Amino acid sequence: MSIWEYANPKKFITTFGPWVMPLMVVAGVLLVVGLGWGFFLTPEAQNFGSTVKIIYIHVPSAFVAINAWIMMLVTSLVWLIRRHHVSALAARAAAPVGLVMTVIALVTGAIWGQPMWGTWWAWEPRLTSFLILFLFYLGYIALWSAVPEPETAADLTSAVCIVGSVFAVLSRYAVLFWAQGLHQGASLSVDRAEHVADVYWLPLMVSMAGFVALFVALVLMRTITEIRARRITALMARAERAEAVA
Amino acid sequence: MRALVLRDLRLALRAGGGFGLGLAFLLIIVTLVPFGIGPDRALLGAVAPGILWVGALLAVLLSLDRIFALDHEDGSLPLLVTSPLPGEGIALAKAAAHWLTTGLPITLAAPVLGLLLDLAAPARLWLLLALALGTPALSMIGTFGAAVTLGVRRGGLLLSLLVLPLYMPVLIYGAELARRGAAGEAVTTPLLMLAGITLATLALLPFATALVLRVNLR
Repeated sequence: MSIWEYANPKKFITTFGPWVMPLMVVAGVLLVVGLGWGFFLTPEAQNFGSTVKIIYIHVPSAFVAINAWIMMLVTSLVWLIRRHHVSALAARAAAPVGLVMTVIALVTGAIWGQPMWGTWWAWEPRLTSFLILFLFYLGYIALWSAVPEPETAADLTSAVCIVGSVFAVLSRYAVLFWAQGLHQGASLSVDRAEHVADVYWLPLMVSMAGFVALFVALVLMRTITEIRARRITALMARAERAEAVA
Repeated sequence: MRALVLRDLRLALRAGGGFGLGLAFLLIIVTLVPFGIGPDRALLGAVAPGILWVGALLAVLLSLDRIFALDHEDGSLPLLVTSPLPGEGIALAKAAAHWLTTGLPITLAAPVLGLLLDLAAPARLWLLLALALGTPALSMIGTFGAAVTLGVRRGGLLLSLLVLPLYMPVLIYGAELARRGAAGEAVTTPLLMLAGITLATLALLPFATALVLRVNLR
């Protein structure tokens, strides 16, 4: 019994297939509770007014956007080292979800920034880093769709993901060096002292869990779809060969 | 490896367009910018390092598809990869040849073009230094990108989408080094970071490039 058993596509589908719907339901419930609680049942923050409520979308989507890339990095490494197809497909499945989360974080940030900072956009470290992350997602997805052979595509995108990760971290520090911050510090961290106040923290945690559950459900669903799509292609190729022989 | 560099240099020279095109492109950019933002000398002088850096970036980008495409078309690339020279060596040699044909001329020409943009004398020297330190990294990253998009038909746009984000750290430190040097501020951080990025890229990216080359020629 080892974790690599689940690298078998069939085992992967039979194990995680039934999880998708319950996870979706859990994500839906958590999001409704978290967002509803955050939007209607928390006081308005001093200096922020009602604009603070966008935090319940902004922070979780940014969190998922970054962690989706880290997940893609891990699965890319697994693909390059152990060559499990499910791993490569999971990376492929996660990319568009991560891209959408990045867009959500950027857009909600702009909407939040307008009343708070008086500007939709500022060339400021965090914003710029996220824009760069967005470009990395775009390139990664474009490469997947440009290469027809699945194995080659998986190899190339894995290489790009790993090299890109290094450069993404580099860009992050370069950008920090390049411009001074307007964005507030971390809203959340392991160090409890830095958190926002409890009233906001609890609903934020709930909607955070909702976003993560949604991400996991979407990635599982998309991975399973990719596996099935590839199986269909293989079956059709086999049928064609059989016809050619007959 | 030296033979490969020399061969690429000869090809670039004799086939034409190797040295000249990148420079002509940079010249056109430098000509266009004053039309775009107006002939105000102070403004031009202030944005000149940035313009020249971005121009150099784009000039390098435009010449990237030459690195592997021609060899791939006439079938000499598989021969190179199966030769005793390791793939990492090929990647490094290709990047070196690319730098000699684009990065080096751009670096040398940038201070002269800076005259057109009213760049002050100390700033021209700092720009020269920044470009000399940064362009090898641009060539090496570009070689990696060119290797990735080797098998993609009409991969030019994809290549720019993949490579330009990777150029960002080099651009940030390079432009900052030129700006700070011109303004007489402390330059240690951007100088060391730029040199560090270039050295790390030259040390590590050949391995990624060789991996990608082998995948594409499988």
